[in-house]
Amino acid sequence: MSLLAVHTLSKSFGGVQAVKDVSFELAAGEMLALIGPNGAGKTTCFNMLNGQLKADTGTVLFDGKELIGLNPRTIWRLGIGRTFQITATFASMTVRENVQMALLSHHRKVFSLWPRAADSFKEEADGLLDQVGMLHQADRACGILAYGDLKRLELSIALAHGPKLLLMDEPTAGMAPQERITLMELVSSIVKNTDISVLFTEHDMDVVFAHSDRLMVLNRGEIIAAGTADEIRNNDLVKEVYLGGGSTFDAGEKGAVHA
Amino acid sequence: MPVKRVQSMLDVSGINAFYGQAQILDDVSFSVQAGEVVALLGRNGAGKSTTMKTMMGMVKSTAGDVTFMGSSIKNLPSHTICQKGLGYVPEERRIFTELTVMENLEVGKQDERDGAPLWTPEKLFELFPNLGEMKNRPGGQMSGGEQQMLSIARTLMGNPSAILLDEPSEGIAPVIVEQMAFTISALKKEGLAVLLSEQNLHFAKLVSDRAVIVEKGSVRYQGTIRELEEHPEIRDAYLAV
Amino acid sequence: MGFYLAQFLTGLASASSLFLVASGLSIIFGVTRIVNFAHGSFFMLGAYLAYTFVELMPHGILGFWGSVIAASLAVGLIGVLLEITLFRRIYKAPELFQLVATFGVVLVIQDLALWIWGAEDLFGPRAPGLEGAVRILGEPIPQYDLALIVLGPAVLLGVWLLFNKTRWGTLVRAATQDREMVSALGVNQSRLFTSVFFVGSTLAGLGGAVQLPREAASLLMDLNVIGEAFVVVVIGGMGSVPGAFLASVLIGELNAFGILVFPEITLVLAFLVMAVVLIVRPWGLLGRPDAVLRGASGPPEEPLRLFTPLSRNLILGLVGLLIVAPFIADEFTVVLLTDILIFTLFAVSLHFIMGPGGLVSFGHAAYFGLGAYGAALMVKYLGIGMISGLVVAPVVAGIGALIFGWFCVRLSGVYLAMLTLAAAQITWSIAFQWQDVTGGDDGILGIWPAEWASDKMTYYYLTLLLVFGGIYFIRRVVYAPFGFALRAGRDSALRVEAIGINLKTQQWMAFVLAGVFAGIAGGLYVYSKGSIFPDELAISRSVDGLVMVLLGGIQSLLGPIIGALSFTLLEDLVTRLDYWRIIFGGVILFIVVIAPEGLAGFARKLLPDRLTGKTEEEARS
Repeated sequence: MSLLAVHTLSKSFGGVQAVKDVSFELAAGEMLALIGPNGAGKTTCFNMLNGQLKADTGTVLFDGKELIGLNPRTIWRLGIGRTFQITATFASMTVRENVQMALLSHHRKVFSLWPRAADSFKEEADGLLDQVGMLHQADRACGILAYGDLKRLELSIALAHGPKLLLMDEPTAGMAPQERITLMELVSSIVKNTDISVLFTEHDMDVVFAHSDRLMVLNRGEIIAAGTADEIRNNDLVKEVYLGGGSTFDAGEKGAVHA
Repeated sequence: MPVKRVQSMLDVSGINAFYGQAQILDDVSFSVQAGEVVALLGRNGAGKSTTMKTMMGMVKSTAGDVTFMGSSIKNLPSHTICQKGLGYVPEERRIFTELTVMENLEVGKQDERDGAPLWTPEKLFELFPNLGEMKNRPGGQMSGGEQQMLSIARTLMGNPSAILLDEPSEGIAPVIVEQMAFTISALKKEGLAVLLSEQNLHFAKLVSDRAVIVEKGSVRYQGTIRELEEHPEIRDAYLAV
Repeated sequence: MGFYLAQFLTGLASASSLFLVASGLSIIFGVTRIVNFAHGSFFMLGAYLAYTFVELMPHGILGFWGSVIAASLAVGLIGVLLEITLFRRIYKAPELFQLVATFGVVLVIQDLALWIWGAEDLFGPRAPGLEGAVRILGEPIPQYDLALIVLGPAVLLGVWLLFNKTRWGTLVRAATQDREMVSALGVNQSRLFTSVFFVGSTLAGLGGAVQLPREAASLLMDLNVIGEAFVVVVIGGMGSVPGAFLASVLIGELNAFGILVFPEITLVLAFLVMAVVLIVRPWGLLGRPDAVLRGASGPPEEPLRLFTPLSRNLILGLVGLLIVAPFIADEFTVVLLTDILIFTLFAVSLHFIMGPGGLVSFGHAAYFGLGAYGAALMVKYLGIGMISGLVVAPVVAGIGALIFGWFCVRLSGVYLAMLTLAAAQITWSIAFQWQDVTGGDDGILGIWPAEWASDKMTYYYLTLLLVFGGIYFIRRVVYAPFGFALRAGRDSALRVEAIGINLKTQQWMAFVLAGVFAGIAGGLYVYSKGSIFPDELAISRSVDGLVMVLLGGIQSLLGPIIGALSFTLLEDLVTRLDYWRIIFGGVILFIVVIAPEGLAGFARKLLPDRLTGKTEEEARS
């Protein structure tokens, strides 16, 4: 049985159909990429999956449970983690404290008034940081980290409650080429080791083709193609609306001009 | 690169820029001639946008100089730079969503300038026929491609001699990108100097005369588009993963 | 029937004047993103200047309306002057600094007005030609009211045309959305902002000038009107002029009819309406969701560190000094120290929600006052003892914070600040207006400590114990998971929600906690003074708290302690002078413009790093 089953998901804003009849399934341990031009509805899809937006119609079954109508916090507790396009971390805390915060919430301790937060779940936090190679920076202030390190920190925060599914919104946006490869290799290895599933959006086609088991292409709110990297690469419709006629995706990922 | 400084429309020499402690630009130099399209290439975060913002006075430079039509514009207020005839089309379009198409154009309107083409809404609607059909539509109700057209048209209302285009193809459907290529050629014919920041190399090759490659805030390569095509190793070194 | 119509028309007339003030406030906010407390001062200056001009000019219709126009334009010019000399410097400052700075202007203008026009209320003339009344359905309606009823919509139309049919208006609306872009399109922002200030302050001046025949010019006008104007702007939607009109009519009518039903608590009704509107539409009737402001700017705060042994020893030394103080100091000093301690707890509780919580409260005095009044009323009506009184104080304050906080945490930024201010104004108006119960302006007297604590020295020790206990507790909470979650929410609301933390609940509880400790401070205060007056709940008391926190530096946990100490000492020195407000306002402006990190931040720069617990890395960066 698939971990995530999305069926005829739709959403419109003021008469504009942002997402139209989107259906797909995601198996445990699978990395699924969602690609398409800006404004195609990728972020809207994401926001419906994690409860920030309420879908107009459709169902989302996660591990057999309906997610539509649940708020983001409940969905998180069911085992779905999330990273953002622009990293969202706690700048005024140390790296370790960032992870401890997620652990404190997972263990429902955020209303505790007396014990020191910095002493709580320290080993667990260090283990998570080690997993993403950030342990040596555990005591540094998060506010002074390099962007690539912030991305890794965010990943370990998202993994803190042992999620079964990770939603990653443009995980490599704003990173240097080498950093992109390192980060996605890290994600791939975590997927292999833990059987976690990943659904991600991405603009960098090299990342997409190298690190996804399957791809879906969204255009004007609809899925116009789904399949393996090769199938998508050779799909005429996808070439026409997104990848372009030439071999533009080794240099850029946006629409191409037919020269 | 032999560059005749005297004749350059836009001349950037040795500028630096910082965000807090982090150095974003380090000794960036290049120039753009009238009627020339130069593509600023590089990855996200390489410093392309910051270069343009520094040229527009939105980010202060601590070193070097930026000259435009022979006089220094470095660290002047943005509006003064614009009034001198340097137009700026920002990343992500930044149109005024509450204002109609006509009102957006009104905000960009400046007096006529000697030696620069004069733009009126009517003339712009010839270049962007779509916009002419939605004069009273609020910017917020337009598609990404239409907004990008409006953003360029709005800047042209200032009758610039040179124009900075920051990632105009970002997230735009290919068919609109094709139109954009046509637009840029039209501007070139009008004698404008165009500096284009791009990640889509294909598009950049199609419209530009020369390329400037930036990485980690520094210029790594400058040359004609033809030279770049003849040396794929340069492209692979700086632009591909 | 006629009576109700008369009441309705009175409401509309008041709405007109309120609209003039509120629309100016809204316009200035829309473009500059500054919530201008001094807008009430512009209103007051409009009334005073109109008074002066009427005296100077020939009497008659022309003289009167000429004076009104001259006064408005003069206020407009004062606005321009302030924009150029002050506001321009703080456009990029965090909103809290802006709010406090504009309050500094309020203080300065109050004293200047006192110096120029004196403390007596000045009764203006009736408008020539409009002295009489028209009978409508048998009820006399003042002609001047009818004129005002016409004026409001006329100004609305004028402003609408100005904004929608002129190039200036188009530029202003564009700048409201994206100032930087407007500038990059060749528009001189500075000049645009100055002109917006001119229009906004002229409208406030006009509001004050036309009010003169209905209301004497007085030094209380500024803060009275600003509270209502804030309510109107928040209900209407920040930056929306038609919204301000709708809300003015709503509030004007609410006051006109509310006074028939609950004469004492009309402001409470306004608050309730505001609360309902904000729950249904958090950005006001005609406002836009994006009007919520950015958070405090500047580099991120450093992670919390525990005290180093050296600074812990220093603090223990300070506590030791405070313990022996009564043996070496005279009684006057002991009383002063008691005051300082009480305000330190007040400031620390405020800092708790503002610093770690990131919620700007502009009405923290409400909880101080609720504690004080709660205890005092219990003593007065139930005759409870001091210990019970000191228990009641935080309970009452906590309940108040529970109620107000529920609404407040639903908002953020400037809306939040305004709602907290409105909440404080409500409690103030209840204390001030509900004379039968609270004694109104005469306050409640004779609240003395129990026999065993009546000695100044004993009461000092009691205060020391509670204040230090309170501060220690708050500090523990800041370092505990609760405080961490609060700070996390301030740093990234997106991320805390994405790790399963209910930020609103977290902030709500923090609000209550801060209220409880402010309540303890209020309880201690009432027993130390033996009395309580509505002043302790007024805006200026809330601002005192803010200034203490700012003076100490918002990023430092020690800040509020240093701030309360220096503030109380300064206040003790300055308030004996005639024109203390102008000095105080000057100090506020000095802090905001010259030393925005506060005294603690300033000292931190000077002190050696081992004292402040900075790591080497931070010291280098």
